[in-house]
Amino acid sequence: MGKLRQIAFYGKGGIGKSTTSQNTLAALVEMGQKILIVGCDPKADSTRLILNTKLQDTVLHLAAEAGSVEDLEVEDVVKIGYKGIKCTEAGGPEPGVGCAGRGVITAINFLEENGAYDDVDYVSYDVLGDVVCGGFAMPIRENKAQEIYIVMSGEMMALYAANNIAKGILKYANSGGVRLGGLICNERQTDRELELAEALAAKLGCKMIHFVPRNNIVQHAELRRETVIQYAPESSQAQEYRQLAEKIHNNSGKGVIPTPITMEELEEMLMDFGIMQSEEDREKQIAEMEAAIKA
Amino acid sequence: MAKDHAGGPEDLENLIAEVLEAYPAKAQKKRAKHLSVAGATSEDADAVTGIASKCDTVKSNIKSVPGVMTIRGCAYAGSKGVVWGPIKDMVHISHGPVGCGHYSWSQRRNYYTGKTGVDSFVTMQFTTDFQEKDIVFGGDKKLEKTIDEINTLFPLANGITIQSECPIGLIGDDIEAVSKKKNKEINKTIVPVRCEGFRGVSQSLGHHIANDAVRDWIFEQPESENTKAFEPGPYDVNIIGDYNIGGDAWASRILLEEIGLNVIGCWSGDATLAEMERAPKAKLNLIHCYRSMNYICRYMEEKYSIGWMEYNFFGPTQIEASLRAIGAKFDETIQANVEKVIAKYRPLVDGILAKYKPRLEGKSVMLYVGGLRPRHVVTAYDDLGMVIAGTGYEFAHNDDYKRTGHYVKEGTLIYDDVTGYELEKFIEKIRPDLVGSGIKEKYPVQKMGIPFRQMHSWDYSGPYHGYDGFAIFARDMDMAINNPVWGLFDAPWDKAPIAAE
Repeated sequence: MGKLRQIAFYGKGGIGKSTTSQNTLAALVEMGQKILIVGCDPKADSTRLILNTKLQDTVLHLAAEAGSVEDLEVEDVVKIGYKGIKCTEAGGPEPGVGCAGRGVITAINFLEENGAYDDVDYVSYDVLGDVVCGGFAMPIRENKAQEIYIVMSGEMMALYAANNIAKGILKYANSGGVRLGGLICNERQTDRELELAEALAAKLGCKMIHFVPRNNIVQHAELRRETVIQYAPESSQAQEYRQLAEKIHNNSGKGVIPTPITMEELEEMLMDFGIMQSEEDREKQIAEMEAAIKA
Repeated sequence: MAKDHAGGPEDLENLIAEVLEAYPAKAQKKRAKHLSVAGATSEDADAVTGIASKCDTVKSNIKSVPGVMTIRGCAYAGSKGVVWGPIKDMVHISHGPVGCGHYSWSQRRNYYTGKTGVDSFVTMQFTTDFQEKDIVFGGDKKLEKTIDEINTLFPLANGITIQSECPIGLIGDDIEAVSKKKNKEINKTIVPVRCEGFRGVSQSLGHHIANDAVRDWIFEQPESENTKAFEPGPYDVNIIGDYNIGGDAWASRILLEEIGLNVIGCWSGDATLAEMERAPKAKLNLIHCYRSMNYICRYMEEKYSIGWMEYNFFGPTQIEASLRAIGAKFDETIQANVEKVIAKYRPLVDGILAKYKPRLEGKSVMLYVGGLRPRHVVTAYDDLGMVIAGTGYEFAHNDDYKRTGHYVKEGTLIYDDVTGYELEKFIEKIRPDLVGSGIKEKYPVQKMGIPFRQMHSWDYSGPYHGYDGFAIFARDMDMAINNPVWGLFDAPWDKAPIAAE
């Protein structure tokens, strides 16, 4: 067994972090890796495809029932899923109440202190969409995830989010050891998507790890609470995830300190790609339209 | 022993510069704005004190410089300790982790009558004692449970207030919804106060928030049965913002009652919820600590057309002036009573002055206390012939410094939100005959060989308000300054040997 690798998946809400991460991890387990998934989302759906069911017993709910986390055993909260992948969910309050960020901190500390990280090759954190507060930045702080993979697409907001996450990584990169592993583009079939993703990767100074094509089979698998690897192991999509897993596996220690760009630079980049209009262009267009109406 | 501080303002300006030197440039620049010497003013001298100086040259009500030891409190302290805490028949919950409640437990010596734990709860401490899970999942359920438990255990409690600690604001608990729900269930007044400690720069904002809570959750609620049954009279007044340390409230109340007024509410001392509720039926609000309670007085003025006035019951000069000013708001009967009361206490005052003034005259004092005592108590010292060498507030605003000009003479050192270091240095250099401040300052100052009185708690003595209080005040100051112990400060072996017989 090599050194424990801790990775985390971040990205805009709804981009497919959980789906991408679980498929990738299912492919990694095929490669003989021992894996622990730590879901850091109060919705507790980061392990659904691996366990083939939604995990009911989250760390925080059990802790609240028992009194405090000190009353829990690690066996109570770690469930075994597809091909022996260990799964656990931090859980948290229902929306609009309490402090989910504090919950993530509590849960991760509990798991670490109680030996959940022993005897695994990979710990993977799946964090909710936006790093809204310090709690959700926990996995990128010192001694937690060393490599962050940002799941994104060619959509403007996904690019914004990716750049913002890079800023978060940069903040902690010098105090801790966190690095940006690279971008994973989850195809949305937007204009010049691959080129755009590659351009952003270049700006951030990182790799475009993999371009995952859009395929409806992912939906089919997900409706059955399965990964594509499990549902259709021979499919081309399963192959894509295997490639992604292979690339991540070989990316050990190759993460970088990102060089996030300013909002203006990001907008310029989008203009260069013809996705966003410059103000002059827009004014010209309006003038033309008005002229057409008059005529 | 004391060094004469009368080196003039220049001396003090130099002293300020010298003290500031210890700071890094940025802190130096910031702190310099809070330190000054009372200067000359073209304004007319105060009618009572005969003093006019300019003290509002210092900046105030600004965030303390990180890294210094400030003596300030927080918004929670302002709400719980000053405004709500003294309401004796309500239970005040320190909502959040246990520490804030524990360390604010019975901090002010608010005396009250009643059976503690039965119908009065001032010296008791209630907390929701937040644990990790309450932070993560929110504490509203625990708050509900706490309210239920209080209602069961203490059925004679007339209401409950929720004093928010910092985490409540961070995790966004809906304490207002809990209050409304529980109010319907148990049919008692429940007041949520958003006085999270991180709000504002000092306890001052906590006072304001707590005043607003009185407005929203007491005054703007349907009138209680108590209030409906209350029959207002022509001489009804409220005492608002009394310091009420060691029984001050009663020493003040006696005087007002002696001049024929009817005190229907004494908010910050020995108060009940009913007194607070019926406050709008009074004819006049008498406000002592203007800084902490002016907001609600202004509200009552706008909404119920009740006038308010500041008064000061420290020292006979101010007592007389205040009584006459209060009398002027009422009819001739009251005004005649005022003169009678003043005449009645004259022999007492003369006795006190005859006994203590010769022992205290000319002695210098430095003050640093909470509330508006840095100016309110000045005249009590003045009556004893003592001189104020320096004074300053923890959380006053600019208007307070402006008013200070009516109390302290030109050349007085003025320090706002003074840091532990600055105060120590000032005292060391000025070496007054007495320092009046808090428990943290007491022992370092005494170790410098300088007499000290705690002016937050009256050093477990009091009351100091009113005529009765003045007698105690004079005795205490004499006791501190003329204590023979100060003559024994040097070790016997350091003294010159006594000539051989």
